[in-house]
Amino acid sequence: MRLEYFQLIDRIVELDLAKRTIRVEANIPEQSTIFEGHFPGHPLMPGVLLVETMAQTSGWLIIGSIRFERMPFLAAVKEAKFRTFVTPGTKLDVTAQIVHDGSGYSVTRAAIKASGKAICDAELTLRIMPFPDPGFRTRMEETGRRIGFPMEALTDG
Amino acid sequence: MSSTFDTVANIIAETCDIPRDTIKPESHAIEDLGIDSLDFLDIAFAIDKAFGIKLPLEQWTQEVNDGKATTEQYFVLQNLSNRIDALVAAKGA
Repeated sequence: MRLEYFQLIDRIVELDLAKRTIRVEANIPEQSTIFEGHFPGHPLMPGVLLVETMAQTSGWLIIGSIRFERMPFLAAVKEAKFRTFVTPGTKLDVTAQIVHDGSGYSVTRAAIKASGKAICDAELTLRIMPFPDPGFRTRMEETGRRIGFPMEALTDG
Repeated sequence: MSSTFDTVANIIAETCDIPRDTIKPESHAIEDLGIDSLDFLDIAFAIDKAFGIKLPLEQWTQEVNDGKATTEQYFVLQNLSNRIDALVAAKGA
């Protein structure tokens, strides 16, 4: 996880397009300038970044389900609950499931756990839009490969 | 059993916090009720769930953008309700 670059997903552990589920690993670094301000002397992972982690996880699931043909963008966050504090160095287990495929949008339920303990969860809506330019798609595919997106899953079925 | 319009109006009232008695069959969701595209995603999600359908929002938007249809055809609530009925009927056919 590189917080300052919004690279929040370290590795895609499991992607099941038939079940419309994903599981990823996201390791919070020990050091980050973000922890200098949030909070001084009491570093905590900001809740907004936990939401972003769930959004990115949902995004990889959706972009897989549409075979990288368009791009999901976060549009709404509902019922986000933050159940416990998360400190630097924590290894996060992030899951998401598509609960509805709409026309031009998808709704997911996402959750984060650490050592089996519930950290947070939310319902997320993502708009599915054309890539702004072809290079955007290329960069998404490159990032996908870097974090272990199973490209072979796109050709199955 | 409530009508399709009643179900849609109740969804809009709840989703957008609009007084139910101001929502009429002749209301235009965008021009009269001021519903924006993000709120309409919520409404579409609730309609999809309530009726077991998938509102073809992208197709409708494309047709409006291409000048092949007017927004009234899709977003005046009685017209929207008629289209929902047609989608439900097509699903059961």
